[in-house]
Amino acid sequence: MKRTLLAILFFVALVAIWTALVRAQIWSPVLLPSPRAVLDYLVSAVRDGTLLSATAVTLRRLVLGYVIGLAIGLPLGLLTASSKFVEDTIGVLALGLQTLPSVCWVPLALLWFGQTEGAMLFVVIMGTVWSVVIATDTGVRTLPPIFARAARTMGSGPFHRWIHVILPASLPYLISGMKQGWAFAWRSLMAAEIYVTILTGFGLGHLLHYGRELNAMDQVIGIMLVIVLIGLLADKILFSPWERFLHRRWGTGRI
Amino acid sequence: MSLQEELRGPPPAKLIVDHVSKWFRQKRQTVHALDDISFEVSEGEFIVIVGPSGCGKSTLLDIIAGLEQPDKGQVLADNQPVHNPGRHRLVMFQESALFPWLNVFGNVMFGLRLKPGLRNSERREVAKFFLHLVGLEKFMEANVHELSGGMKQRVALARALAPNPRVLLMDEPFAALDAMTREQLYGDIQRIWEKRRKTIIFVTHNVREAACLADRVMVMSPTPGRLRDIFEVKLPRPRDFNSIEIAQHAAKLTAVLRGYKGAEPAMATP
Ligand SMILES: Nc1ncnc2c1ncn2[C@@H]1O[C@H](COP(=O)(O)OP(=O)(O)O)[C@@H](O)[C@H]1O
Ligand SMILES: [Mg+2]
Repeated sequence: MKRTLLAILFFVALVAIWTALVRAQIWSPVLLPSPRAVLDYLVSAVRDGTLLSATAVTLRRLVLGYVIGLAIGLPLGLLTASSKFVEDTIGVLALGLQTLPSVCWVPLALLWFGQTEGAMLFVVIMGTVWSVVIATDTGVRTLPPIFARAARTMGSGPFHRWIHVILPASLPYLISGMKQGWAFAWRSLMAAEIYVTILTGFGLGHLLHYGRELNAMDQVIGIMLVIVLIGLLADKILFSPWERFLHRRWGTGRI
Repeated sequence: MSLQEELRGPPPAKLIVDHVSKWFRQKRQTVHALDDISFEVSEGEFIVIVGPSGCGKSTLLDIIAGLEQPDKGQVLADNQPVHNPGRHRLVMFQESALFPWLNVFGNVMFGLRLKPGLRNSERREVAKFFLHLVGLEKFMEANVHELSGGMKQRVALARALAPNPRVLLMDEPFAALDAMTREQLYGDIQRIWEKRRKTIIFVTHNVREAACLADRVMVMSPTPGRLRDIFEVKLPRPRDFNSIEIAQHAAKLTAVLRGYKGAEPAMATP
């Protein structure tokens, strides 16, 4: 209760500072709109439906790309951790590509797929896969071998061991990898939406882009707020329950 | 000897370790871990293998468990050569090796779930029975990190006993515990052994522990790991860890182990 109150107080203070800065008229109101103007934009965007439809389009792309990225990244990470050959090939590739900022995939995606949904998906998947591969690989590698040994003596075969020992034992790494993957997917998608202007769907990134073209700073800041809010909500809804489970079971997270 | 006894014969050997040798080949050097180890263990026997650290006790236990393969010789369990680990020979390790992603009950259920021919309700009953046996029925829902070291090893014991293995292999299971907890567990393990009559092979470097628990003590010497002597401990059970008889047996074992250390250089060239 006290924590919620403090948090609310903090954000009220932030808005107050923002308002004070606008009032001080250090910058032109075109560059720094008031909180009021941003709110007005958001309300009107909700009213005429652009915001909700853009959010829906963006989330659909995000979830699709993220799920595919996970479906490729998890098994690939398990493979790099268990086979020397895959480690020396795919593993090195993953390590290299993970350092590549996801915007760098955009030119390639445009050349390969043109201005299509495929290009979007490609960029999101490339942004997700490699960090998931690395996190899974690290998780499996840092496992104490004693877990697998204990399981083997209890009659656990290779397949059973993967499902019931290796995966759950590396859960702390997998969750943080999935979380990182989510953050990368989100970033890549925004990059893709800003650069790939397609007609099949108008996402939040496009709204941001056109806000800039129109010099509508209230729109730019409003959309940025929405993007931050979605990221925050996703974290709370998707990952917080898992993290609470990890802390409870492993006894981690408290100093 | 009566005819009855003659006809019944000795109890069948449960486990035969037959001329087992093992080398660990590394880039720099080759470690000769075990040299021509042979012994037999009969049904329901409590064997303790004692020797200084590095003499190959864990390696020997791993080979019996099927986790490692010998380079020479073989291990027979019920006349079948051991190639793989299997639930008839469960291992309890020095660190508890409990799974942190499962609670206490889930850990005990892990081996039971892999055992065919049981209904799930029966598995749960069995798990509860063994948690009761080690005195932890109140901690079924607890997480592993919430347990003390002694409680962890109790859960590990319950987990190892629950699938009803023929042989229980224990690798210095109490070495990391404080003296008080350990002495309590000596009582527990003897009580459980009396009740379940499991064949147990227990590895330790603690001679007093060996004298307190064993029917027979196998004494090993290092570099290379050799089986040097077998002592029978014919004391009534349950034995008190602090009793004078145990101390005497332990002293004898200590003297024997010291003797091998002195002879070590001579053994290098047999
Ligand atoms: N996986 C391994 N690789 C290389 N050497 C090993 C390995 N396991 C054990 N050894 C060596 O074999 C010898 C016996 O080890 P171990 O069986 O662990 O002894 P103990 O359990 O009696 O302390 C030691 O010299 C040890 O260094
Ligand atoms: Mg050892």
